[in-house]
Amino acid sequence: MNNTIKVGMADANVCKPPDVIATLGLGSCVGIILYDPVKKIAGLVHIMLPDSTKILNNANKYKFADTGIDSLIKDMVNVGASVRNIVAKIAGGAQMFSFNNNLEMMRIGDRNVEATKDKLQKLGIPILAEDTGANYGRTIEFHPDTGLLHIKSVGKELKIM
Amino acid sequence: MSDIDLNGINNMQFDVLREIGNIGAGNATTALSQMINARVSMNVPKVELLEFKELSDVVGGAEKIVVGILFTLGGDIDGMMMFMMDKVASMHLVNILLGNLQQAEPSESTEFSEMGLSALNEIGNIISGAYLSSLSSLTNLTITSSIPYMAIDMAGAILSVPAIEFGKIGDKALLIETEFGDMDNYVNGYFILIPTLNSYSAILKSLGL
Repeated sequence: MNNTIKVGMADANVCKPPDVIATLGLGSCVGIILYDPVKKIAGLVHIMLPDSTKILNNANKYKFADTGIDSLIKDMVNVGASVRNIVAKIAGGAQMFSFNNNLEMMRIGDRNVEATKDKLQKLGIPILAEDTGANYGRTIEFHPDTGLLHIKSVGKELKIM
Repeated sequence: MSDIDLNGINNMQFDVLREIGNIGAGNATTALSQMINARVSMNVPKVELLEFKELSDVVGGAEKIVVGILFTLGGDIDGMMMFMMDKVASMHLVNILLGNLQQAEPSESTEFSEMGLSALNEIGNIISGAYLSSLSSLTNLTITSSIPYMAIDMAGAILSVPAIEFGKIGDKALLIETEFGDMDNYVNGYFILIPTLNSYSAILKSLGL
């Protein structure tokens, strides 16, 4: 019996085989999978914004790339993952509407991806796979038994990475 | 005092916001009804304070394929207005307007024709214009709207755009949502008005609250 653990916007969870962990309909948000391949423990955080230090109301740690990654690592360590094993796979950060002006809010997808990469690099966590940007939504599902990330989009073939 | 605290909205404020949704969506529904020459009804607007993780449930699930037409608002209030329809329903709507010549049998995998897309944009424009102008005359506030921005994708992905704007100011989104549909439920969808926090204050203040 395997369950799919669903993670909503500004939320996170951890998962062990045979369960899988998923987030549905990622748009400009970024889904960050952290994975300890030795212990087979996976975590998924669905972040909405790049930087918690630029926002006053930052109580929900999982809303931001910087604090979301930190909190997810803690959650994973709590269930037995080792920080030095952790690798990452990331997806999302699309620009859903083709706004014709270059306002800062319109580039939010790109900024989320940049902030995610910066944070992972600072922590020395390698990014093994990435499917980011473009203009379409993604449903992602991670299988901790195989370490593979399944990505579904409307009108596109299933990507496995 | 018209200051609004997302977690402490009183019943009076809720009622007023619901009434705004009622009047706005009422006008928009009338415009739609005239366009397709059929009766279109709407439900009582819902004013909901939602956590982000619950947001996509309002339109029937994060993976449902929808057409979202988004307008950014300016003038005396800021925020976004979204007109959202199930993809199949929006194809029915375009077919009613253009005759069945324009595209094949509506389904989730059928693509819109160029003409169909353009018609849909225009429908969004007219309908949200009706919504916003009634809101504007009710409140005496100047409300301007951007050109329509359209995306056809999973509901969750489309709703992430307004959600992120709300994420900058809080952990919840307050939205005024109205569902509409014709008799056969062929053409149904949602109007979602998502003002920023300050704009809620401006709206309530303009009504003397």
